[in-house]
Formats: sequence, C-alpha cells, structure tokens
Amino acid sequence: MKDEVTREERVDNLKGMGCSRKRVEDARFTQGKGNYVDDLKLDGMLFGDFVRSPYAHARIKSIDTAAALEVPGVLAVLTAADLEPLGLHWMPTLAGDKQMVLADGKVLFQGQEVAFVVAEDRFAAADGIELVEVDYEDLPVLVDPFEALTSDVVLREDLVAEDGTLPDGAHGPRKHANHIFTWEAGDKAPTAEVIANAEVVAEESMYYHRTHPCPLETCGCVASMDKVNGKLTLWGTFQAPHAIRTIVSLISGLEEHNIRVISPDIGGGFGNKVGAYPGYVCSVVASIVTGKPVKWIEDRMDNLMTTAFARDYHMTGKISATKEGKITGLQCHVTADHGGFDACADPTKFPAGFMNICTGSYDIPTAYLEVDGVYTNKAPGGVSYRCSFRVTEAVYFIERMIEVLAIKLDMDAAELRRINFIRKEQFPYTAALGWEYDSGDYHTAWDKALKAVDYDGLRAEQAQRVADFKAGKTRKLMGIGLSFFTEIVGAGPVKNCDILGLGMFDSCEIRIHPTGSAIARLGTISQGQGHATTFAQILASEIGLPADSITIEEGDTDTAPYGLGTYGSRSTPVAGAATAMAGRKIRAKAQMIAAYLLEVHDDDVEFDVDRFVVKGAPERFKTMKDIAFAAYNQAIPGIEPGLEAVSYYDPPNMTYPFGAYVCVMDIDVDTGVPEIRRFYALDDCGTRINPMIIEGQVHGGLTEALAVALGQEIAYDDMGNCKTGTLMDFFLPTAWEVPNYETDFTVTPSPHHPIGAKGVGESPHVGGVPCFSNAVQDAFRPFGNTHTNMPHDHWRIWKTANALGLHG
Amino acid sequence: MSKKQQYALTVNGKQEEFLAEPRELLIYTLRERLNITGPHIGCETSHCGACTVTIDGKSVKACTMFVAQADGKDITTIEGIGGPDDLHPLQTAFKEHHGLQCGYCTPGMITRAAKLLEENPTPTEEEIRFGMAGNICRCTGYQNIVKSIQAAATEMSAAKEAAE
Repeated sequence: MKDEVTREERVDNLKGMGCSRKRVEDARFTQGKGNYVDDLKLDGMLFGDFVRSPYAHARIKSIDTAAALEVPGVLAVLTAADLEPLGLHWMPTLAGDKQMVLADGKVLFQGQEVAFVVAEDRFAAADGIELVEVDYEDLPVLVDPFEALTSDVVLREDLVAEDGTLPDGAHGPRKHANHIFTWEAGDKAPTAEVIANAEVVAEESMYYHRTHPCPLETCGCVASMDKVNGKLTLWGTFQAPHAIRTIVSLISGLEEHNIRVISPDIGGGFGNKVGAYPGYVCSVVASIVTGKPVKWIEDRMDNLMTTAFARDYHMTGKISATKEGKITGLQCHVTADHGGFDACADPTKFPAGFMNICTGSYDIPTAYLEVDGVYTNKAPGGVSYRCSFRVTEAVYFIERMIEVLAIKLDMDAAELRRINFIRKEQFPYTAALGWEYDSGDYHTAWDKALKAVDYDGLRAEQAQRVADFKAGKTRKLMGIGLSFFTEIVGAGPVKNCDILGLGMFDSCEIRIHPTGSAIARLGTISQGQGHATTFAQILASEIGLPADSITIEEGDTDTAPYGLGTYGSRSTPVAGAATAMAGRKIRAKAQMIAAYLLEVHDDDVEFDVDRFVVKGAPERFKTMKDIAFAAYNQAIPGIEPGLEAVSYYDPPNMTYPFGAYVCVMDIDVDTGVPEIRRFYALDDCGTRINPMIIEGQVHGGLTEALAVALGQEIAYDDMGNCKTGTLMDFFLPTAWEVPNYETDFTVTPSPHHPIGAKGVGESPHVGGVPCFSNAVQDAFRPFGNTHTNMPHDHWRIWKTANALGLHG
Repeated sequence: MSKKQQYALTVNGKQEEFLAEPRELLIYTLRERLNITGPHIGCETSHCGACTVTIDGKSVKACTMFVAQADGKDITTIEGIGGPDDLHPLQTAFKEHHGLQCGYCTPGMITRAAKLLEENPTPTEEEIRFGMAGNICRCTGYQNIVKSIQAAATEMSAAKEAAE
C-alpha cells in the first residue's frame, strides 16, 4: 500500500487540535435557520406570562383573577394557592435556600412573580395580566445590606422559628434574621497578627456593583405534557439540561425517565441560564393542567429585573508587606447582597463560590477571608456572569489591593506584581486559602506583555502627559491599566464540587459509524462557544478521523450522557477531558483490531495521526477508516463487534488559566469620557484547541468586561425600584464604543488534564474588569486618587476629576 | 382588544395577506404568523437590533412597528438575503472571519450590514462601526464583525468590477 499523502497533509486533513477550523454552526445561524426556544411552535401551544409585583416589599392581602379570566383567549390564572396543593408554590434554590414560585402571602423584590396568566397568545396574556387585581400592603424596604443586618424588619419570616430564634441556614448559624451565612477560609488570628505587625499595611473598601449577564436572548421554555404517554418534554434556555431534568423530577415527582429536557440553540448564556426559574415551574404546571404545550419567554425587563443578577459584593481588604514590597498577609471581608432569596448558582459547598481564590497570582503566605451573605429587597440570583463562581469579584479585589499597596509603597504596580508572583518552580502551589494551583509561568507572561506594550515607554509618556496637564497644555489624562489574573475553572472534582448533591463530572459518548465517520454526544451545551466545532477537533486528534466527519450533539437528555452543563468555563476542562478519554478508549480497541488485521501483536502497532502502523514498518498500516469498517463487518476473535465508547470524567483538580492584560486609556477630565487607545491581552489557557475561537472568546469577554467596568449596573432606588430595567438604562456596548483588541498567548499546559487544556471563555472577563478599572484609577493616581468604585461611567469619572480639584 | 383587519405585505418577494389586530407588532407577524423566525426578539424597545429587517429600502427594527404601519410594504428578512444555494457574501464572510458566536444577533446584524453596504459599498472601519451601532452583539466584541463586513465589501466590490 503506497501512501501518496504526506504525514503533514494527513495531519491537516484531520482539522484537529491547534487549527483555526471554521465553525460548523455558522451555516444555520447566518441564514436565519437557528433553532432557539422561541422559534418553537407546537400545535395548540399556549403562552404564559407573569403578573409581577410593583413593590419591593409588600404583603399580599388578596388576588382577584375574575376579570382576567373574562378576557377572550385567557384560559387560566395560576396563583400560589393553586400551586400549594402540589407543593410547588416554593422551590429549592441551588444555594440550599428555597424561593417562592408565585408570591406566597408577600413579595420580596420588585418584579417578583405573583400570578401566571395562561392564554392562547402573548397579546391575550398581556391583556389578562392588566386585569389581575392584587391588593398589596407595602412594608418597609431594605436595599442596603448593612442596614438589613441591624434592622428590625424581617424579610424572611419563613426562616424564623415561632419562638423567635433563628434556625441554622444551609451554611450554618445565622447572626440576624436577614443574615444568610458566614463563610470563612484561611487563618483568622495568624493573619490579623501578621497585619498588625507589618512594616506596611494598605487598606481599602470597594463595592463591586450589581450587574447582569444580559444575553441577547432572554430566558424561556416550552413545557409539553403528553398525558397519553405520561411524558413531559421541556425545551428551554438551559445551560445545564441534565441538572434541570433531575431538579424537575425531584420537585414534580415525575420519574426522571418520563422527563425529556432539550436545550436547543441558546442565544448566549453568560451564567444567566444556569438556575431554575419560576417560569419553568409554572409552564410545567400549566401544561399538566391544560394538557397543552405552554411557552414562557421573558421580555427584556423581566430578564434584567428578575432572573440572575451578578456580583453585588461589598469588599473590605487589608494587605501587608515589607518595605521592599514583599506581601506578607491579606485579609478580606465581604458583605454579599443576595436579594430576597439565596439563589446563588455556586457549587453547594461554596456559598461564596471560589472567592477564596482572592490571593490571586501572588505568593501570599497568610490570608483570611470572611463572607457574610445578606437578604435584601432585591432580585435573587448571584450567578457567575462570564466567570467561574465569584472569581471576577476575587480577581477584582486582589488586583485593586495590589494597586492600592503600590500607591502606599510609592512603587510601580508592575514591579510590585513581579516581585510577588508565584514562581514557576513553586507549582503545584498550595495557596493560603486552600486551592492547589496546577501550573503557571507568570513571570514569562508578564515580561512578554510589558515588552509588547513598551511599558517603560508608556510610563514616560504618562509622566509627560501629567506635566503637560499641569502646564495647561492638555485636558486629557492618560491611564495605564494593569491586571494579572489567575482563574480557577473546570468545576469540578466530585469530592468537593456538587450542585444540590449532583456531582460536577461531565461526559462524552462516541459512536463510530462503519464507514469511518462518527457522532459524539456530551453532557454540556454550547451557547455560542462553538462546541460542535472544537470538540470534533479534540476527537479528530485523538481518534484520527477528520473533524468534518464527526457530528457533535449536546442538550437532549434522552440521547446525551449525563453531565452538569456549560458554565464556569467547565466544558473544555471537564467535558473536553471526557471527550479525549472516550477517544482513547476507541483508540485502544482500534489498536487491537489493527493488530489483528495486520497479523501482528497488539504491542507491535502504534498510532500515527489517522492510522495504526506496524512499528518499524510504516508502509504496513490500517487507517482508522479501515479499522471502523472492520469493527462492524469482520468477525474478529475475542473482540465484540462495533466501535463505541463512553467516558465520565471526574477531574482530579480545577484548572488555573491565567493572563496578563494592559489597557491604555485617555480620559477627558471635563467630560469624563474615557477613550481606550490600546488593549493588549495575553492569555494562557494551556493547550489551544482552536486559536480562532479562543481569540473570539477573548474579544467578547473583554467587551463584557468593558461594559461592567465602564457603565453596566443594576441599580435600585431607596424604595427598591429597579432603575435599570431596559436597554436604555442598562449599558451594553455597541460597535461604536468598543476598541480593537490585541491578543497574545503563552502555553502552559495543565499537567492533570488529558490534553492540557484549561478553558478560556471567561478569563478575559475576569482579567478585563480590573484592567479597565485600573486604567481609570491610574489616570488619577498622580493627583491623589487611591480608589473609586465602578462602574466608571462618564458622570462618575467627571465626579472623580471634580473631587480631585481638576476642574480648576 | 381591537378588531381584526385585513393586511397585505410582501415578505421576501412573497405576497402575504391575513387578518390581524392592528396592535400586533411586526416581529410577531413575521415570526409567529408567517413562520419567518430568522429575525429575533432581544429587547422590544428598538435598542438591540436582533429584529432588524429591511422595509422599502430602509433598515427597520421590527419589534417596534405595528403590523398596521407595515401594511402594503415590501419587507426583506435574513431569509430573503441568501440561502444554501445563493449565499450572500456577508453570510460567507461572517463564517470565514468568525463574525458570530451564539448566532442570535446574526440575522439582524447581516440584514443591517447588507443595507449598509448597499448605501456605502466601500465603508471605512469607522463608518462600519457607526453604521452598525444599532445592532448589539454580546458575544464577539464586534472586532470580527467589522472584519467580516470589510471582507464582504472587498469581495462585493471585486465582483462588481469583474462584472463591469
């Protein structure tokens, strides 16, 4: 058998790992043929929508649905009283709390679901909503978590015993009726001692404001109960379809095999679509009651006001160092505003997510973190908006504390980072707050980044600019934003990561077809990340069949293997690993088949790109295509027919992607308008599967970081009215506001991941927010600024300039 | 509640006649009545552009137009811009330059870009960024969208030159 194709060409033909393969998803999306949940149309389908509370805190005295039921097209109006006999008027949250599905006697935030109107179309539902009469008695509103912790106003009477005592919450003792938990990591007394005796201590309080993931497609579902066969099908915008199936089974009592959950195309998730929302429960109940399919789709206001806020951390820190700048200790306290119900989407044992990664990329010997969760009259949520659990908060905290310490030491912030980085030879590195960082080479990345932007040149230019400003030659200041972040992604090892008891492994199942193509199914679900493209590339490299011959399917619980879904950058670290491992099982069987076909011992053949060759005789080989055909069609002694494999992968550790970012910004002190002149992003996500997709993820994550740092927030007034419920008030950057980004990389493979990949989708958001914020703060550093809170919108920047006396 | 009235629209070259309430928003007419699901709903306040269609030669956000206002008009959606056998250069360019991720904004984005390139076949980057500012993308950060539109413009200009 003469091979006319070179080895290099054979590698190229596979379109495996490392190549910028074009996306297979794009044909349908560019032609308007995507299939999102709101595109679904079923015979007799009804539409459900909510009556929502205009009050942030009120008792409900009565609900009158009679007039609504008179509206032509309105079929039913569900209230808590209807759900109570089914035990579905409350539901469990991912954080171990419970949440009202429909208001049970009171409401705790503006926009809360009060009644569910089911109608023949959305216009009739809207007419019905107008006519549901709810009699409210308003109650004192708590929007400030510090006030909530001292107030006599009790938000959650259901969590206070009859004798007035406070039963423990899901995460231990509670200090006050509005207190949810205290969570600690590290060593309290030794840290306090180190800080008390330190040569230099910097302190800062910062508020990481409330915001929202706001994917372009809102949340929604279609529930269809087939009463003949007793089967429920639930289509929806689910980032974790299998977990949703289990949760639906547990709360509805339907057996899990009678529930089919399907995540069709999802129009962006960013954490918004991880949780379980009242709309899902009400749709299911309405479908069971009416026997018809019921669709529920949020409008944008519902989305911004009720499902899945992010952040809202009030953080206070102390960082100590020697006079030379070597950090000796770090202390952090967080008051976490969780809203009316604790519905944070974190692994259950981590009520503050992975906030204890807040020692960042630095070798800090002693540290202590304490987080207090608090109930207020705001929407529940607390999701990971384009980050692993609370990692944006952690990285923002440490990257601000480093800057504040640099000011205190009168030192360059880049140099301060450099002398405190965990050194390459220290990995695997156990941090003071408990995590074991798997790998890293921070100094190399930092040096590469600073050289790429000519850091010293930038500082010289900045000094000149300050001189020019003081001389009245310019009204623009220049800020140099730095950030060096370490992410912690790929949740996670089942030994400590679960959600409501569901272990956070993931899975891949591969079936090779006789003619040498394949289908692989995973427990994850793409929301734009391009899984159908990249997972086929992993497999192509592992099993030697072209990526173009491999179909990837996700999101249908009847066909895909069980997995915990896509969020927290876990798809590549966990399901990607499962994919590689399943591929290796295929390869192991293929090796035996090849050896039989080539009439040699198993150990005498070796894998080479797309074939097994006889060792030392490369002209004797069987391609994977040959092997696939033989697997099905040739009787091979001792080997079962077929070529399939499944892998459930429980990762031994998280992965720790990192990166070095630099932002150069000009700020007009008279208008407060920041102009991003340059943004350089170096990411190390370990082995790179598809550079084109990695770059796209970096561009997108940085843009979401720009949004959060420079203007995007969910804000409330004192009455608990949400002031940012539309895209008029909630900042989403357009092409006009966004710069071009320079991307770069280093490669430090994860030592424990089968292909060394670490995940990248969220890194740019995690590292980007402090970088943009640091740029703003740095511009004002020469004039005495230490810290100002985000979001740095034009008005707030102007106020900073004004407070520093820069307006003359 | 209001009475239904007779409307006639031309959508992607096809004459459509039906009874509808005047208050029905055009995006629902397209998506639910005519099963044209390419244009999406992102905000219903004209901010995001996911519902962008072309009406009588102008880019319009279909989420804030009543069907009564669209009566008698000529409407083009992404489905009318190109399909499997006659892809528009923008559709090819968006794939080639990774100008999309979740795909939700893409139909509106391409529909708007097609109009932009009709109005200005050789736009600068600044003109593209300004001309596309009515369409929000949450995934891509726009860099590759701009690149895709530039590539399509180049491709279309070259094709036009070759034809002349």
